[in-house]
Amino acid sequence: MSRILKNQIFIPIAALLLLLLFNLIADPTFFKIAMGVNSDGNPVLSGPIITIINNGSELAILAIGMTLVTAASGGQDISVGAAIAIAGSTMLRVLCGTNTRPDTLRTPVFVAFIVGCLVAMAFGAFNGLLVSIFKIQPMVATLILYTAGRSIAAWINNNELPIISDPKFAYYGGFIPGIPVPTPFFIAMACVVIIFLVLKFTNLGLYTQAVGINESSSRLNGINPVFIKWLTFVILGVCVAVAALIKVSRLSSINYSVIAKDIEMDAILAVALGGNALSGGKFNMAASIIGAFVIQTLTTTLFKYNVPSDALPAYKAVVVILLVVISAPTFRESMTKLMSRLKSGKKKEVANV
Amino acid sequence: MSKITSKFKNMTDTNLLLTITIVVFFLMYIGAIIFQGKGFLKPQTFFNILNANAALIILSCGMSLVMITGGIDISVGGVTALVSMCCAVYLDYKGGNVAVSMLIAILIGLAYGIVQGFLVAYLDIQPFIVSLAGMFFARGMTTIVNTNPFNVANESFVALKDTRIIVPGMGSVNKLGKYVNAYVEIGVIVALIVVIVMFCLLRWTKLGRSFYAVGGNKQSALMLGINVKKTKFLSHVICSLLAGIGGYVYFLHVGSGAVTHAQGAEMNAIASSIIGGTMLTGGVGNVIGTFFGVLSLSTIQNIVSSAGLDQAWWTGITIAAMLCIFLVVQSVVMARKKSAVKK
Repeated sequence: MSRILKNQIFIPIAALLLLLLFNLIADPTFFKIAMGVNSDGNPVLSGPIITIINNGSELAILAIGMTLVTAASGGQDISVGAAIAIAGSTMLRVLCGTNTRPDTLRTPVFVAFIVGCLVAMAFGAFNGLLVSIFKIQPMVATLILYTAGRSIAAWINNNELPIISDPKFAYYGGFIPGIPVPTPFFIAMACVVIIFLVLKFTNLGLYTQAVGINESSSRLNGINPVFIKWLTFVILGVCVAVAALIKVSRLSSINYSVIAKDIEMDAILAVALGGNALSGGKFNMAASIIGAFVIQTLTTTLFKYNVPSDALPAYKAVVVILLVVISAPTFRESMTKLMSRLKSGKKKEVANV
Repeated sequence: MSKITSKFKNMTDTNLLLTITIVVFFLMYIGAIIFQGKGFLKPQTFFNILNANAALIILSCGMSLVMITGGIDISVGGVTALVSMCCAVYLDYKGGNVAVSMLIAILIGLAYGIVQGFLVAYLDIQPFIVSLAGMFFARGMTTIVNTNPFNVANESFVALKDTRIIVPGMGSVNKLGKYVNAYVEIGVIVALIVVIVMFCLLRWTKLGRSFYAVGGNKQSALMLGINVKKTKFLSHVICSLLAGIGGYVYFLHVGSGAVTHAQGAEMNAIASSIIGGTMLTGGVGNVIGTFFGVLSLSTIQNIVSSAGLDQAWWTGITIAAMLCIFLVVQSVVMARKKSAVKK
């Protein structure tokens, strides 16, 4: 029992189960999955659970990259939301050219994705450069892109809002005809499988943790910490591009100031919820990914009870504070002390009797 | 020349970065006067920068203090919004008086500081996560208090808001040939007092020096007999208190409550502190530098908007570019200085 409790993955799973249990008691229709037909005439599944796996996909994808960055550099990238705006804007620019209302796409979506991916990787590399070579704290280094990102995204498309009418482009963020499960879920699962294969068959995970735990001793052991840190930021860039494709495809358009707003906070939260130390070192990828879905479950639950989207952060904040307080080592220590004191007190009482 | 280099080497980190900031600000302002024409020569242009950024100066002072102690507080923007909304609701719906609304602002700030400081200092939770949750909470609470933005019509408040303090001898003659006095708002006076008090606190008091000690090296601070936890706690309390005061100054400037108020103010405060020579690693910084950091930031914004590049994106890109240059310069200068000391 204590081994299960000590396992890192226990925290997010317990949180997820707790939320689901709450929903089960409060309103069992939460688990209802209905088969419907969308506006294009395709059979689709709908219901809160489907919403969670649909909207949680981007967050899960970002959590992958954010976990690696956190583990290697002991800091977080706060520019992912802005980077999504840049990558999404680039994709639309490649697809539309200068015409903002194209009838046909200029290039295949695949090409646009590759270009967007390269741009996102370049910005990731820029962040990584500041962090690894100039030794600037990750949060501060990424503050630069956070400030400029949405402006750059608007500049790429001349501040116009291209709209793509081709229904094929909407497949990535919606449904492929004939498949009732939302596509983002498949994309997220593909990313998860890829990262697990990478972690299993390469040394990436080991090296990242080594750099995060002790940079100078990992250097003495023949690992290049500068390169590893830089690499994690580039990998995060790829994750950003995938998330951007989903986000842009959902709308078939873009809104520079709103797209992926505050998603960096949710991604960092997912990593923290997964029980990973935000100061770097050891990480558990599965826990982070489950953490992402926990956050989405919380969001969906709150929306279900008609909490306005602007008030959402207040509830999230309470959950976050509770979680970090419970998982804080100092708090745990004092609680164990308190428990043992209570126990010994009881024993004394027994002895007195 | 060699004298200057040796002086440069002997400078403390704080003074070195401070000098760079002040020089850059003056160069930028002179550049603005040369390239943008006479608008920047009028004292009122400078005073308008102060008027618009009084709240940011106060917020940045608190932010610098936390950063000097080695932490960070990204909740200040949220607290600003929460304070303006609470005060607006109190003044408008309840018809209350201005003094009580000031008290509300200070109490909100204090409460925030005590909770966040306790979590950071005594429970050892990362300041980033704590203040992130604080920011979420403040923004969410603002919506819960009131969703729609609205203006305050309370008479005594409006009178206070419209109070102008005339700066003698700084006025100019306008197009109609009339002499117009130069003025500043009350917020600017508050901001200047805060800067002076914070400067004295950091320079001459035992508490102020212990902030630097804790930020520089926790272990040695502990060896020196400084109560590290209490120092950290106090840094957060003062920062949030200043966020409360800054929130009220912001409220005094805009005269309304809205959820979108002070959006991104925390990032501007961090950026100003960094430009002002405060290092996020702790132990280095100066509120005078922060003051000039805010001025540099807003001068850049003014230059961008008066140069006709008023598309919104230019401001973001220029601030980011400036931040980037400053960060890289800081990192290079510090690295070179370290190697010079070793030699």
